[in-house]
Order: sequence, then C-alpha cells, then structure tokens
Amino acid sequence: MIKKFTVRINKKSHTVMVDENMPLLWLLRDILDLKGTKYGCGVGSCGACTVHLNGSAVRSCQLPISVLGRQEITTIEGLAEKGDHPVQKAWLDEDVAQCGYCQPGQIMSAVALLNNTPKPTEEDIDNFMTGNICRCGTYMRIKKAILKAATSN
Amino acid sequence: MMLGISWFASAKSEAILVSLDAEPTWEQLTSYIKITPDNVVKIFSPNPEFGQNVMTSLPMLIAEELDIDFNAVQVEQANYSLALYNRQFTGGSQSIRQAWKLLRTAGASARQMILTAASQEWNVPITELTTANGMVMHSFSGKSATYGSFASAASKIQVPKDIVLKENKNFRLLGTPQKNVEGPKIVKGEPLFGMDYQVNGMLIAMTERPQAFGMRLKSFDPTAAKKMPGIVDIFPIQLYEPTQKLAMFDTRTFNEVIAVVGKTTWDVMNARKALKVVWENAPEIKEPGMGGRDNVVPAGLESTKKHYEQMLEMDKKPGRVERKDGDPEKAFAEAKHVIERTYTAPFLAHNIMEPTNTFAHVQGDKVKIVGPIQGPDMVATTIATRLGIPKENIEIQLARMGGGFGRRAYGHYMLEAVLISKQINAPVKLIYKREDDMTAGIYRPMYQMTYRAAFDDKKSLTALHIKGGGVPESPLHANRFPAGTLDNYLAESWTIPSNVTIGAFRAPRSNFNAAAEQSFLDEISEYMGKDPIAFRLELLQRAKDNPVGKNNDYDPARYMGVLELVRDKSGWGKPENTDKKRGVSAYFCHNSYAAQVIDLQVKEGQVIVDQVTSALDCGVVVNPEGAKNMAEGAAIDGIGNALFGQLTLKDGRTDQKNFDTYRMIRHNEAPRKIDVHFVQNEVDPTGLGEPPFPPIFGAMANALYKATGKRFYHQPFAAQLT
Ligand code: FES
Ligand code: FES
Repeated sequence: MIKKFTVRINKKSHTVMVDENMPLLWLLRDILDLKGTKYGCGVGSCGACTVHLNGSAVRSCQLPISVLGRQEITTIEGLAEKGDHPVQKAWLDEDVAQCGYCQPGQIMSAVALLNNTPKPTEEDIDNFMTGNICRCGTYMRIKKAILKAATSN
Repeated sequence: MMLGISWFASAKSEAILVSLDAEPTWEQLTSYIKITPDNVVKIFSPNPEFGQNVMTSLPMLIAEELDIDFNAVQVEQANYSLALYNRQFTGGSQSIRQAWKLLRTAGASARQMILTAASQEWNVPITELTTANGMVMHSFSGKSATYGSFASAASKIQVPKDIVLKENKNFRLLGTPQKNVEGPKIVKGEPLFGMDYQVNGMLIAMTERPQAFGMRLKSFDPTAAKKMPGIVDIFPIQLYEPTQKLAMFDTRTFNEVIAVVGKTTWDVMNARKALKVVWENAPEIKEPGMGGRDNVVPAGLESTKKHYEQMLEMDKKPGRVERKDGDPEKAFAEAKHVIERTYTAPFLAHNIMEPTNTFAHVQGDKVKIVGPIQGPDMVATTIATRLGIPKENIEIQLARMGGGFGRRAYGHYMLEAVLISKQINAPVKLIYKREDDMTAGIYRPMYQMTYRAAFDDKKSLTALHIKGGGVPESPLHANRFPAGTLDNYLAESWTIPSNVTIGAFRAPRSNFNAAAEQSFLDEISEYMGKDPIAFRLELLQRAKDNPVGKNNDYDPARYMGVLELVRDKSGWGKPENTDKKRGVSAYFCHNSYAAQVIDLQVKEGQVIVDQVTSALDCGVVVNPEGAKNMAEGAAIDGIGNALFGQLTLKDGRTDQKNFDTYRMIRHNEAPRKIDVHFVQNEVDPTGLGEPPFPPIFGAMANALYKATGKRFYHQPFAAQLT
C-alpha cells in the first residue's frame, strides 16, 4: 500500500509517498537519488547495500520503509562531507578498490565495526566483515585498511 | 577552472556546476589528450574499466611520454568512438599489451607538437628545448613556459609521424606505484556505475525469461501485472531476428523475453511476481553462426548429473586428435607402469558484483547507451544490424563496470535495453536482479580432462596422453606445456552440445587446464620420486634445449623464470619449511607466466590458507601497485572458485539462484598473507588480468593433498573435504 513516510537520512528528514514494503535500498537509490548504496543480491547475502541504522550496520535491502520510523540512517554519502572519514582515508592509503562496486558497503561495515570495536583483532575483522562479498578479491587490503584506520583513531 | 564534467553527474548537479564555472577552452592534442591554456591536462582512457585499473595504467603510458606530473592529470573515461580510438576492448589481458606502443606514441606525439609550437614561438631550434613536468624549457635563453601556453598553437600542428619513444631505462613514471585514479570517487560512493545512471523521465525495466534452459515463451497474461502501481507497460521482445547472423559475442540465453517497465525498481520487481507466463519446451534451434557454421542449440532439460555421466562416456570414445608427436600408442603398449587420472570442473557463474544493467534511449534512428560493456564496438555492430541503422548513430558511454571477468563481453543486455526503449519510446534503464544474472548466465563451461602417463622400468616418463572435453566446449590447448617436452605425446578433444549458455570466464579454458595439468604433474613427480618444481624445470629445460614439434606456444625460459622465482621467494625445500603443507603450480596463458605456492592447513574440514607466494612474468610492469592488487585478487578469486565455486542444474534449472546458495569466498577465508613478485625484465608488457588466476587451482589441489593425503580431482574441492 502506498503511504506517506518521513525518514531521517544523513541527518535530514525526507517525506515520501511510497509502498510501505519498499526496501530502504530502493528508497535511497530510486526515490532519493542516493546511489552510493549498492544493489548486489536483494536477499541480505552480499553486504553491498550496507548502511547504518543508529550507527549499526544493516542491510538496506532487507529493511522495509515501514519499520524505519524516525531512526537515523547514514549512507556512504553521509559518512563524511568531504569523503575524508578515517576509514575512507585508510581505503585510499591501501589502494583497496578494484572494480569498486562492493566498496561502499565494505566501508559502511568497517565503520560500524570500528564504532563498536575500536581496536579489532584480525579475527574480529574476519567475523564482522564476512557478510560483505568482494568478487574482485580485495579482502586482504580491506583488512589492512581497517587495521590502519583503527590505529589512526 | 575544471568542471566535474562527469557524464554521470545527474542533470541537477550538472546544472549547478555549469552555473558556477564556465567551460574552459580545451585544446585537443591527439585523441587522448586535452590541455587548457592554464595548463590543466586531461587524459582520456580509451578502454573500458572493470577493476583491472586500466584507467590508471593506460593514462600512465601517455603521461610518461608527454612528460607531465601524473598526480596533476585529470583522467576521464573515453566514450566509445570509432573515429578516435582503435581498440576499445577489455578482455584477453590485452589492454596494456595493445596500448604499450600506441598510447606512448600518443603522449610522445603531443609532446612533440608542443615542442614544435614552442620552437616556432620562441624562434629557437627544437633540439635546444627540453621538457619536465608539463613545462617547456630553453636553457640558453632561460625561457620556460607551461604546455598550456602552447596548447592552442600545438593543437593546430599535424600529429607527427616517426616518433621516437623513450628507452625503458629512462622511464620516470612507468614502474612506479600509482594509486587508482578513481579511488577517491569510489570511497565516496559516487555514481560511477551503469547501475547508478539516471536522467529525468527515465523508466526502469526488467526482463522475465524462462526459468529453465531448454524452455521458451508460450504465452503470457499481463493483465494483473499491468494494474500494479507504477507499471507502464509489459511486452515481449525478440533479441535477434531469426535470420540475423550472430557475431562473436552475440550470445544470449533466451531470444524472447518479456519486458516489464515501470517507474521504480521496486514497482517492477513486484509486477514481475504478478505476471502470468506459460513456458514450453523449446525445440532444437539452428541459427547462422560465425564462419558460415550453424550454431545448434539442442532441445531438452539438462542436468548436471547427466552432464557428468555424458563426459565420462565421451572419455571412453576416441576423441578428435589435436596433436600427436612420436608414437604414443607404442610407448603406452610398452609401458611398465601407467598413471591415469580424470579431472572435472563444474559450470561457474560470473557473479559480477554489479548486476547486469544498461541505460538506453532510442530517439528516431539515434541510440544513446550508458552502461557496462567490455566490447562496445561489437555490441554497436549488433545493435546497428538489428535496428537497421548506421553504427555511427549509436553513442555508447562506457560506465565503470562493477566487475566483468568475461561476462560483459556479451552485450545482449544492451540490445535488450535498446529494444525496450524503442518500443516504449522513453529513456529506460534495464536492470537484472541477481537471480536473473545467476540463473540465466553465460557460464564457464563444464570441463573434464583425462591425463595418462607412461613410465618405463626406471620410472622415467615416456609418453603423455591427454584427452579432454566439456559441455559444450573443450578446454584443450594442444600445443601448450607439457607438449614439446616429450617424444611421445597425444592430445585429443571432444565436446557435448548443450543449451546452457557459456562464455569467457577469466582465463577461459586455462582456468581448468591449470588445475588438471598441474595436479597431474604433481602426482607423477611424486611417483618418480622427484621434487615437483625440479621435475617441471627438467621438462622445461628439454623444451628449451631440444623441443619436440614446432608449434609449442610458450616460452620455456620465461616459464622456468617464474618457477625459479617462486621457489626462491617461497623458500621451497628449505628445512624450516619442510613441515608446511604446501603445493606449487605454474601456468602460462594470455602471453604471461605465473607460478604460485600455497601454504595451508585443514582444520575441522575448513581450509585455512596461511600464505600465497606468487611469481609473475608479464614483462614490464606499468603500475606495480595496481598489478599487485590484481594478482592478490586473482589468488583470492581462484581460491574461492577452486574450493567453493559451482553452478549445478536440475531439469534445466540452476540450483543456485543467489548468494545465499552460491558459495563465494568470504573475508574469513582469504589467505592470511599474499606475496607477489615480478620477474624484472624488459619484455614489452604481456598482460596480467588473467594469468595469475589459473595456477592457483593447481596449487590448491596440491597443497590439499599434502594436508589431507588425498588427491583432489574434482572441483569444487571443499565439497570433497568431508
Ligand atoms: S543487496 Fe543487500 S545484502 Fe546484497
Ligand atoms: S572491488 Fe570489485 S567486487 Fe569488490
């Protein structure tokens, strides 16, 4: 059913008229023109669509708009105005990306990990990041970048 | 001031940018370079980018010879243009190889044009001028000025012929590590991909196709689906005309699909669920193929179990002889011992992270396309044929691709998008759901290879017989190593027709051959009591000194080079490493050489890869940072596919439909360490996207043997661990 919702995204309120079941992913991409959050699988299995809900990593493809209420959503676009969040900087230092498609999701997961575990072990990283697939195989660089961001905190 | 003239900027933000900054005057020097009077240099990267980092390495070739500061250069992805560029294709590890002289010549030509303009303006001989970092200097007079100040005059000078390029020893930029020029945009999530493209009034389309190979559309009822919110239209489209001659990359799973067009992705996804379609079994199809041959697509609903049975049957029959040296039959008849092993591998889905998509807008006889494509010229030809319009009417903007791996060489989806836009008369973005991508893919074929080795009473290898085939293509490379190393050698090939669509997948055929061949060599070296690396070197030495046959398509010296390098760098055979469970493998493909050693442990059925040591010879390395990243990625991708990768079918339907059922390698399964080493030489670059991928399969099989005492003949290996 089409309904009116007001959502909080990157510290701004947006009022939209959409289907109550529309996943946050498509709200971001199709309605709000925030294309940084990527579609990879739509079933919660790849992590490409990772955003923050009150600071925690969630898969936006699995979250219907109707459950969001006024909770704070952060997307890759809202991470740091100039794209210079310590994790983004570490990503550039380690020259992580290959195709780059999975990377916004990887970065959002990494930031959430560091929010909760500022000094993660390699095992913490492995466990937390397992939901984010990278077909290009940049896992090792991602791990290095997270460890680097952790020490620069 | 430079604009963000990103062709991806949405209409809205473009308008803002234009109002803030006036467009600078760009002077064009060759097809690849533009310079403004205030010395802003822009380089156009001609080839499509899918993560192999050509958007950094190709412009480096130009910048080296142009003699400018690479960090100050703006790099932009070129659009498809027959008029401006020669070979806009990404595939076959060819980008750098083909561009090596071409793009350096472009840079050197532009520099020469600037020097000519400077010598005319200053009225000094050109030989007295030097350049550095985008400046022209005349030391006698002490004059200096930027390239930009001569750009206008230089642009009017004819592009010179007979340009002399730098000697390798004078490179300042090539061979130095440079970061991905698109890195800053990637980490900000900027809309770089076809998936992200949007214009006002754009509709979203998806295509519904049979859920099984071997089926086709019978009828459909769109009434309910059309009433769904946001739905604009639903109609069938036919990709190729029945008489259309298919070109090399014209392949598609199903010729007739149903387009569902609506306002948002979510609307379209919902409407697809309400669409009522009846599918029926398709008859055998004969269609005109390449080289005057018909493509025959058999009827029937195929299954993986049956495919494996068929492959074993084919192995019992004589194959097509592809190469024969000496008298292998006699050698086998006289052998004291024969080792015979059969290796298999399943279909693999590409699983590019960015699902298939394309933006298309057809207006009259003009077509605009934006999207991911490895070979724009091929798809442009196909679209021009299908629409009956000149190729020049087709504009293609090359989006950054979220992976390619061969999948995006097949541009049928661009034709789909174009036909949908034409029918609906609106700009449209076609999107595949992950399930569409995975269940109607263009897969890596299934393969099987049987190796037989004959030994005399001294356990010396006297003959080798390889027989291989696949569904529906054979993996055999008859003239590759170990052909040429043995007096008696026989290679045979066979195929099994199938209606499952297959195509190029990172290092086609090699990605299986390396696993089979390198496992077999490992096993026979053990029988002979030889060290696996020493044994390979011994064979290669023979190929170097006294090769058998004339058509051996590898260079034994470079092959040996990577084996020796991996032996030394991995500490192979060193006492401190004797306890390690390690396997070695080496392979040659796409003109480059790769050898790898894997160290691993198996704990409770889980493989833990401690280290991968990679030794690579791809000639001169243009960008060591990008090259290393790609070689690491190839190792991880290879380990994932070797251990877990498989797509299976029952009654024409794939068992795996999304990442919840298709097993991909994950963070925790990546190696703990990867070391990448390059052979240092002055060989012109020979490509790197594919070569580091195949050998990892063999190294994995051989290391797993060391860890478990069990040989691994069938991929995916993890399925056989328990
Ligand atoms: S798109 Fe949401 S997890 Fe894959
Ligand atoms: S960088 Fe390509 S999928 Fe991760």
